[in-house]
Amino acid sequence: MRFTKDHEWIAVDGGTATVGITAFAAGQLGDVVYVELPEVGRAVARGEGFAVVESVKAASDVYAPVSGEVVEVNAALSAAPETVNAEPQAGGWLVRLRLADPSELDGLMDQAAYDALVAET
Amino acid sequence: MSVTEPLLTTPLTAAHRAMGARMVAFAGYDMPVQYQDGVLAEHRWTREHAGLFDVSHMGPAWLRLAAPGGDAEADHAAVAALVEPMVSGDVAGLKPGQLRYTLLLAEDGGLLDDLMVGRPAAPEGQGALYLVVNAATKAQDFRLLAEAAGPAARLERADAGGLIALQGPEAAAVLSAVWPGAGDLGFMRFAAFELDGAAFTVSRSGYTGEDGFEILAPADAARTLWARLLADARVRPAGLGARDSLRLEAGLPLYGHDADPSVSPYEAALDFAVSRRRLQDGSLRGLHRLAAERSGALERRRVGLKVEGAPAREGAEIVHDGAVVGRVTSGGFSPSLSAPVAMGFVPPALAAPGTPLSVLVRGRPQPAVVAPLPFVPHRYARKA
Repeated sequence: MRFTKDHEWIAVDGGTATVGITAFAAGQLGDVVYVELPEVGRAVARGEGFAVVESVKAASDVYAPVSGEVVEVNAALSAAPETVNAEPQAGGWLVRLRLADPSELDGLMDQAAYDALVAET
Repeated sequence: MSVTEPLLTTPLTAAHRAMGARMVAFAGYDMPVQYQDGVLAEHRWTREHAGLFDVSHMGPAWLRLAAPGGDAEADHAAVAALVEPMVSGDVAGLKPGQLRYTLLLAEDGGLLDDLMVGRPAAPEGQGALYLVVNAATKAQDFRLLAEAAGPAARLERADAGGLIALQGPEAAAVLSAVWPGAGDLGFMRFAAFELDGAAFTVSRSGYTGEDGFEILAPADAARTLWARLLADARVRPAGLGARDSLRLEAGLPLYGHDADPSVSPYEAALDFAVSRRRLQDGSLRGLHRLAAERSGALERRRVGLKVEGAPAREGAEIVHDGAVVGRVTSGGFSPSLSAPVAMGFVPPALAAPGTPLSVLVRGRPQPAVVAPLPFVPHRYARKA
């Protein structure tokens, strides 16, 4: 699993990757009450806002860690958005992407680097 | 508010931090937006049990006649006459111990603030008014009130102490364990209480739609009471996040969002706060506008909206037949309804409950229907 400075995680499995928000991000956001996900088939560019995660008080954009095509979304979140809080780095995943350029992964943080970022926050 | 100015604190700021609250800047104060339970749990606990809120950032004050004559009715009439011209309500007609929600009006009838005004219960308290104004407007309000009072009365700010709100269906039982007489206070009544030699002003009022109390105390006494109330298993702390979602469900406007100087009492759907006597005797500010609006010349009206899809937040456009007809002024997610709700302004022709509209969220229209306010019924302790 790799991480962005905007607190997304990405787990790669072959040519596709699963993306979500980190446990730290979910904790900062508070109770998630609504998740807006992209259409399957949409091409997203690295850094592009592709989803919105909303708490009672605020809406937060989620940015694509890498470029790719959305091949699946976590439809269960529409009925159970609280899964993002309960299991942010497992059942609370947001989308699966088909990677456009696997070399983009090189620019992301590993667990140790991300933990250090969170410790400074 | 400049971000470079240091934030003001309340007597309870250290207590919030010690409990792990997430703090935010609000109206210049360092305030808890939520505690460890989170907004949803704090909201629900308040609806089911009793939530404890630090609202010390608000503006409590006393306006006291400089030279009361000693006759209770005459002294009340004299202090009421100083404030009444500035507000929408009947201040002269307050009974001893009564608190009233009223509106501070500009000369043209626009809203400068909403506030509580009360007449003390005690015979020796006559010739004084208890006032509680909003945090973000208190500098303006206190200046206007002091100017209006002139040499006839002095305005004593009480916002250096603590103001604590205990809200929810178990609030009365909880507070009765501190003061056995507290539960006897009627809705929108207030009285003086004492604990360990400190003086408290306790009102049966709040901003959640639930039964509850708002309690003014000197700083040390506020800390003591806060800790004592939290020690009751029926009480949990609730932050500004839950306070906002509770008042939204209760259909209560937030000044600076659902009301501002361009908005009249009728546009804000606060008709109940406009005194009939004051309309009839012509003493209201903005009488020409208010009378015209009352007889139908109303441009817009604050309504509730039940929204489908993503929450519609403040600023979202309200659309009818392809045209923008208004904006959301408060909006979010209702924990009680498990659905998005909002308040906003629409033309009166579109203000009837059931009217289908749409709201634009991130550029996309979502269905919204005008709903009666409050979204969640009020459960105030009204006596038969």
